[in-house]
Order: sequence, then structure tokens, then C-alpha cells
Amino acid sequence: MTTTTPTVPQGTTSLEPGVRRGLYRTMVLIRTYEEAIRREYYADKGPGFDIGKGLVPGEMHLSAGQEPVAAGLCAHLTADDAVTATHRPHHLAIAHGVDMNAMTAEIFGRETGLGRGRGGHMHLFDPATHFSCSGIIAEGYPAALGQAFAFQRKGSDRIAVAVTGEGAANQGAFHESLNLAALWHLPVVFVVEDNDWGISVPRSASTSVPSNADRAAAYGIPGILVEDNAVEGVWSAAKDAIGRARSGGGPSLIEVHTLRLWGHFEGDAQGYRTDLAGVEGRDPLPAYRATLEADGVLVPGAADTIAREASERVESAIAAAKAAPLPDPAHATDYVFA
Amino acid sequence: MTTTQESMAAAAHGTHRLTTAKAIAEGIALEMRGDPSVVYLGEDVGAYGGIFGATGGLLDEFGPTRIIDTPISETAFIGLGIGAAVEGMRPIVEVMFTDFMGVCLDQIYNHMAKIHYESGGNVSVPMVITMAAGGGYSDAEQHSQCLWGTLAHLPGMKVVAPSNPYDAKGLMISAIRDEGPVVFVFHKGVMGLAWMARNDRAVSDVPDEAYTVPIGKAAVAREGTDVTVVTISRSVHHALDVAEKLDGEASVEVLDLRSLVPLDRTAILASVAKTGRLVVVDEDYHSFGMSGEVVATVVDVDPKLLHAPAIRVANPDTPVPYARTLEQTILPMPERIEAAVRRVLAG
Repeated sequence: MTTTTPTVPQGTTSLEPGVRRGLYRTMVLIRTYEEAIRREYYADKGPGFDIGKGLVPGEMHLSAGQEPVAAGLCAHLTADDAVTATHRPHHLAIAHGVDMNAMTAEIFGRETGLGRGRGGHMHLFDPATHFSCSGIIAEGYPAALGQAFAFQRKGSDRIAVAVTGEGAANQGAFHESLNLAALWHLPVVFVVEDNDWGISVPRSASTSVPSNADRAAAYGIPGILVEDNAVEGVWSAAKDAIGRARSGGGPSLIEVHTLRLWGHFEGDAQGYRTDLAGVEGRDPLPAYRATLEADGVLVPGAADTIAREASERVESAIAAAKAAPLPDPAHATDYVFA
Repeated sequence: MTTTQESMAAAAHGTHRLTTAKAIAEGIALEMRGDPSVVYLGEDVGAYGGIFGATGGLLDEFGPTRIIDTPISETAFIGLGIGAAVEGMRPIVEVMFTDFMGVCLDQIYNHMAKIHYESGGNVSVPMVITMAAGGGYSDAEQHSQCLWGTLAHLPGMKVVAPSNPYDAKGLMISAIRDEGPVVFVFHKGVMGLAWMARNDRAVSDVPDEAYTVPIGKAAVAREGTDVTVVTISRSVHHALDVAEKLDGEASVEVLDLRSLVPLDRTAILASVAKTGRLVVVDEDYHSFGMSGEVVATVVDVDPKLLHAPAIRVANPDTPVPYARTLEQTILPMPERIEAAVRRVLAG
């Protein structure tokens, strides 16, 4: 198989130490958040496991392992740029600067949440940062086109970033969106998080090309593959693609080969997963920490400080969420119409 | 014949206890053994066994050429099912959640459901679409809908939604054998899944052999004389709970429609003619759906059958919210059903 898709492997960038520390800090904050939500999720599901029980009921799709995508991508965005995410949205919401207290309150189904407890973790909408997500895969792509269209009409250099998984790249909405964005030169950056698994279906059983980045050629836009879940590779690829979009160069497609560290949803036993034994060794966080420590970017004690600060912030958000009021059942039918 | 009678009749031939999910899988397996043209396609139906267990164990017996994991490309694989059915196969195609039908509805309602009519009856589409439906476990707006009323509104496909293992197995076999498209909706709450709240009505004795439950025939799930509760799928369980609670105070008949298309209007009319009072319980949206159709079925024939205004207990036309306090408010839970039964009895 020959491909013209450029790839960005690990270790080819030499970023400023401050940028690298920032990427690590974001990754740690995300992981700390996901570990805390996981802890809270399982805290009251028993006896056994009842998905509908507890302070955080329903499906829970956590993003551990995919921190490099969010950190590298969102480092180039401001709150004026739009991000659409998937059913697995926390890492992108955190990296894009969605208010953690309001997001956490939403996950706990509280009146103070982003959606007043109506939406839950798959339906986070934050007008302040133009963040949104959808539980229907690939369906965030078309809306990102519209946000980009509006930004373009306003004459701004704002852009929209549309993120989905490799499973979603086989949906019609994905391909229709790429074509339309390319045709109209919309300021969009499409990102595919390839975590190898669409629930239980491996990429090899779902996707006809080695990388979704190859599919960019079909729409005449640049396609970039970032291998090895490399946060600095994501940073570099995103810098180019976002810069291109801001300056009127039209859309790009970035695929990141990332990692689903945990199950599709919490409670997923992953019996189907043939790569399970090697998963922990591919965890991007300890690897990046080791790299930064070896390079002297993280001095002794720095990682501990970052971890402690992340924990304080996350635990504060969770405590606030638990203390917040539940929605009043008398208002269950509010907000159906504007 | 009621479900209970059918079960008793079958008991002579040997039974075993199954959850609804396992009963569905068993019905599929029995048909696949006898008919090599039956295949099952969908997302996570192979090694995973279906997110809601409808294909558990089938990959081991039939292999990946007949239990086929697809890409997340519903338009493509439902369309593929249509084409295969047109050419003589009997595919079963799973759309993981009813909520997901939006991404592929054109194939369902403009193609699968219309080809037989458009071809003047010359082309048949003997396929089954399975879908999981319903809420009650805080899966929020895009993973909790029923939408069977939407499907039933669109002509050309039969729609069934069983409430128990016996009906699920028999309806699945009927659906596979049907010469036209059947949408088989299973509510997650009737499947007997280990990771959801325990539901004893989701487990029962099921005959060992292949048998059919006729599509388009309702079943009297509980006989009564004072009021008829017409409902379907998971809400049958809630209605039975209420009927049992009111035992001695009021005699509540529970009619399990089992199929929405064709709708067993004869059974609805017979029950209402007996009781004179009607409550319709539907977890789907209130307006333009099943509950209105059931009331219209009575009113169209003879409004005087009703001694009190009919009451509908349904989703108040609201997206299914995440927070439990809100979700439990909009779902037709036993408290709302009981209140409706008491009100219609007082009316």
C-alpha cells in the first residue's frame, strides 16, 4: 500500500519547555478528572452493577488514553473557536476550557449543570466556549460546518474543530461533511481519534484504508496521520491545520492513532479485546512524563505539584456538584421549546 | 388465546427458563439452523453478542459469515439487507438503538417499507430490523426513546415489541418467516440484563422447540372486568404491577398489544366492550402515536363503549432527560398508571 499521507511520528518536534509543560498539565488534569468520575461512577452501582443506579447513572464513556488528542489540539484554540465532540467528550471539554464545575454538575444531573441536568455526560453544551457534543457518532461534523460558515460570514479568523472516532468515519455524515467543507473552503479542522475499537469492532473490521487521513485525498484536502498517540505530534499537526483554516486555506483532516485505555463504557468487560494485555504499557501519561523529566522540562517534584493541583481542582468540582440542587420534577417539561 | 394459555399448551413439550434476550437469540438460532439464508448483521453483534444480548452465543455456533459485525454504516448495511432480501435471503439487521434510526431512516421507510407496494407486489423484502428501545436508566435524550409510534406511522412494515421471553421468541420466529419487513423492537428493560435493575418479568419458562406468536395479535396479560389497560413492552410490566397492587379493590385487565402493526383492534374493542373504561400506557411520545391510535380505535367504532373518558399515560412530548428526578417524572411509571386507573374508575 502506498500512501501520500504525511505522518508525524513521536519525537520530531522541539517545542518550548513551557508549551510542553502545558501539554502535560492538561493531560494530567484530564486523567485526574476521568479517574475521579470513574471512582464516583462505580461508588454506588451495587450490589452487582446496575447501570441506572447511583449519583451518576447511565452510560459513561471515559477518555483515559486519549488525552494527547485533546491537549495537543486545544492548545491552539481560544474560547471563540468551536469544538464538537462525541459520546466520549470530557477530555476535549476540559482542554477547550469548558467550566469544570458546570460540566461536573451536569454529569451529576444537577440544576447547576451546563444543561441543568437535562443532558448528562453525552450532551454537554457550553455557549461560552462554543463546545458541544453528541451521542450519535459523526453527527457533530455537520454542525461544525455551520459554525465555521457563521465565523466565515462574520469575517473573523475563528474556526471550528470537529472531532469523532475512527468508527464514525464510516458514516455518511462524515463524508458529506468533508466534501461540503472542502467545496466551500470552510474554516474547519476535522479530527479522527482512532482508538482502534468501535465498541467491540476493531478498525481492521470496519475501515477499508490503513488510515482515515488517506480519505482526505478524496476531497482534495490535506490529510495528516499522527502516529503513536504523540501529544507533540498532535500539537504540530494541529498548529499547521488550524493556522491554515484561520488564514482562509480551508479544511484539513487529522487522524491521531490514540488509545482507549478503558472500556467503551464503564462496565464493559472487554472480553472481545485482543490487545488488552498490552494496553497499560501504551499509556501516554507516564511515557510523556518520563520524556519531559529526561529532558529536564519537568524538574524533580514538578509532576507531583501538577498532579496535586489537578486533584484539588477536580475534587472541588465534584464536591460542588454533589452539593448542588437536583432539578425540580415540576420542571421536567421545560425547555422543549424556546 | 392468552400468553398464559399458550405457555401452558407448550409446557407439555418441555420448557426451560430464559431471559427475553436469550429467548430472542434462541429464536434466531432455531431459524438459522433450518434456513441457511438467514444471517444477522449489525454493530457489535458478533464477539460482543449484541449490546443488549440479542445475539449472545450466536457467533460461536454460526461463525462470522452468518453473524456479521458491520462498520458503523447503517445506511449501507440496512440497504444491504434490503438488497439481500430482494434476492431471496432472510437477513436480520440490528440498529443498536431506535434512537439511531435517524441516520438511516431513508433506507427503512422509503425503501424497505415501500418496495413491495411500488413493485405492485412483485418484489418482496423478507427482512427483520431489530432495535433496542426505551429508558429508565438515565441514558438521556439520544439513547432512551421508544419511537415505535414513528415506525408504526410509516406504512409498509410490521412493528412488534414483545414484553416477555415467550412472546419474544415466538415473535422473532414469526418475523423471520414473514414475507415482508418486520421491525422487532426490544425494550432494554424487558431483556433481563444482569447490568440493569432486576426484573423478574423478564425471565420465564419458554418451550424448547420453535414456535410462532402471530404478528398482529394482542394477548390478555391479565384478565379483569373494571378497566382495560392497553399497553406494550416494558409498560406491560408496570401495568401488571399496578393491577396486582389493586387486586381486591379493582379488577384491572391488561392487554399486551405485542404488535403495533398490524394493530389488534378487535382485541382492544373486545376488552373495552367488557370493561367500559380505558387507560392506554405508552412509554413513547404522547401525541400522534400509539396511545391516540388505541383511543381512536374505540371512538371510531362506538364512543358509547366508554363509560368514562379514556386516559393516556405516556411521555409528555418531552425528550427523555438525563437526571433521574426528571426522567422518572416523564416516564409512565406505576405511580402514574395507578393514578390514571383510579381516575378512570372514578369517572
